[in-house]
Amino acid sequence: MSSLSGGLLGGSGVSRRPELYTSYEADMALFNTRAKMAGVYGLLALTVLMPFVLADDLLVLMARAFAFAIGAIGLNLVTGYAGQVSLGHAFFVGIGAFTAATLSGDPDGRTLGFGLPMIVWLPAAALLPALIGALIAPVATRLRGLYLAIVTLGLVFLGEHVFREADFITGGFGVGRPGVIADFFGISLTNTGASFTGQQKTFWFALAVLVVVALLGRNIARTATGRAFAAVRDRDIAAEVIGVEIFKYKILAFTVSSAFAGLAGAVLYTITRQITPETFNLALSVQFIAMILIGGASTISGSIAGAVFLTVVLRFAEELSRFASFIPGPGQQGGLLNTAQVSTILYGFLIVGFLLFEPRGLFGVWIRIRNYWKGWPFSY
Amino acid sequence: MTNFLQAVFEGLGQGSIYALVALGFVIIYKSTLVVSFAQPALMVTGALFVVFLNPVVGFWPALLLAVIGTAVVGLVVERLALRPMIGQPVFVVAIITIGIDIVLRVIQNRFIGTNIRFVGDPWGLNTVNVGDILIFERDIARFSATMVIVIALFAFFKYSRFGLGMRAAAFDQETALAQGINVGRVFAVSWGIAGALAAVAGMFVDGGSGISQGTWIIALKALPAIIIGGLDSVGGGLIGGLAVGVIESLVGEYQAQYFPWLGNNFAPVSPYVLLLIVLLVKPYGLFGTPEVERV
Repeated sequence: MSSLSGGLLGGSGVSRRPELYTSYEADMALFNTRAKMAGVYGLLALTVLMPFVLADDLLVLMARAFAFAIGAIGLNLVTGYAGQVSLGHAFFVGIGAFTAATLSGDPDGRTLGFGLPMIVWLPAAALLPALIGALIAPVATRLRGLYLAIVTLGLVFLGEHVFREADFITGGFGVGRPGVIADFFGISLTNTGASFTGQQKTFWFALAVLVVVALLGRNIARTATGRAFAAVRDRDIAAEVIGVEIFKYKILAFTVSSAFAGLAGAVLYTITRQITPETFNLALSVQFIAMILIGGASTISGSIAGAVFLTVVLRFAEELSRFASFIPGPGQQGGLLNTAQVSTILYGFLIVGFLLFEPRGLFGVWIRIRNYWKGWPFSY
Repeated sequence: MTNFLQAVFEGLGQGSIYALVALGFVIIYKSTLVVSFAQPALMVTGALFVVFLNPVVGFWPALLLAVIGTAVVGLVVERLALRPMIGQPVFVVAIITIGIDIVLRVIQNRFIGTNIRFVGDPWGLNTVNVGDILIFERDIARFSATMVIVIALFAFFKYSRFGLGMRAAAFDQETALAQGINVGRVFAVSWGIAGALAAVAGMFVDGGSGISQGTWIIALKALPAIIIGGLDSVGGGLIGGLAVGVIESLVGEYQAQYFPWLGNNFAPVSPYVLLLIVLLVKPYGLFGTPEVERV
């Protein structure tokens, strides 16, 4: 009873004593404080209403950020919670993207397509990467730390080769294939219809998938599975001694993470109308790592915050040419650094800066702000 | 047979580059327990020093200046970004080096531009005939230079006082500190050595085809090399690098003939397949030290 009402209403579930926890369930509930519940529902409501306010190109940007957040949650489960560093995330994103694009694709197109509805391709975009993740995971469980990181990096290079060679699916290097064709019971999610533009609809689609994935991720993290992940991360031998099956949980972490990565790929290429196989490279993997580090390792909210922050900031950097004369706009010559270089340098500095000054990421920044106001007017 | 030997020699030449970069990785890893993903950027830095100094001072002085200059870049990177991170989780530090790599490469790409730059080495695309076998002079230069450097490094680690200190620090930092070894200087020197090695590798990586914005990716082949050899083994880095080079070259020679289903251009990814196979059998590489776990 307490866990249910606590879960839906927020707080401890004890009337008029919101901070009195009488059970572990109440403490670990989805919304264990009223403020958290109000904040999440409020933010969600604001985000749902965003398409009525923002311009379409900003909606695309936000939808991309949500797609990246889906993948970042997956990476955070395996790297942040379970402590298995994976540089191979881009590979699974690619598999998800191509699965979705192939299953939904035009059967008469230049590349392979089956024209299946969303009810088929969306689960498939999660299941196929999950299957491949589960197949690779036993190899990965033998390895630890940096050895694992470099092997998963090898996975990205092998994946790039496969994507390049399987050109009847991927369209080949530099050419690519059309993105996912998304229909929701006959309503196209990408084409502008009578009442809403395509950008508005894809925004809601990305948001819906993100909410489901975030809920799943949060539930994995706060239940027995999540605690087992944390035990494996903090001291794998000690975890084994107290009865956590390391092998099982490492494989589970890889499988779930790959599934989320696949979903991210499917959503990302519903938004972007063209998939080129060379996108799924080391840089994309590093970008996901950067997102969870900037957002905050082993936090679901941090993964979302990191993805949104990084996507928006890098876009902002590209707009800088309007304000600073020494940065020429896209296509212009001269100047000290062009916009792409500015945004790349900023990206590098953000990674290094966050790790140096706030290793807990944006989540840590939030904790600092929260504690400041909690303790106000006392500084401790 | 001629083709086979030619492929092997070419592989040894290419593998020497991987070995030089791999040695830098291993030396940094041994002394600081950091896998530096900034190595590709250091390699291109070295190459660019030669590219831009060669017309001014000539090839050999330019190479010398490149070695010194890249070592200094390594020192600066270590001092500014790595020294504050001592005691942080290895993964976090590895990601920092990725950040450094990104920043350095943007600056380098400014210098490279869209052109292909040439280091102007004296051997270029010249070849010599040994019997039937055609060998590129550049491969001889690469291989022999690498051997000389490796022997010098081994001698440095084995006989010099500071080399002994570096080995002690790699073994146990605190104990080394207690014996009066300046561990901070050990960190700095290992980054300096790694930078110098990367500069030599950068000069060799040209090989007649020049330096472009995509050259850095070649240095990443040193990663399978160090993992195959074992992260903490200097000899392993050398053997791993040469093995990766030879395998890549042999696959490039024979794969289209015998395994066409693997697709075009399989050679560049073959080191990663080799990596997976080696790690399946030996999770700490061929010469790496297995981690001893205490509970």
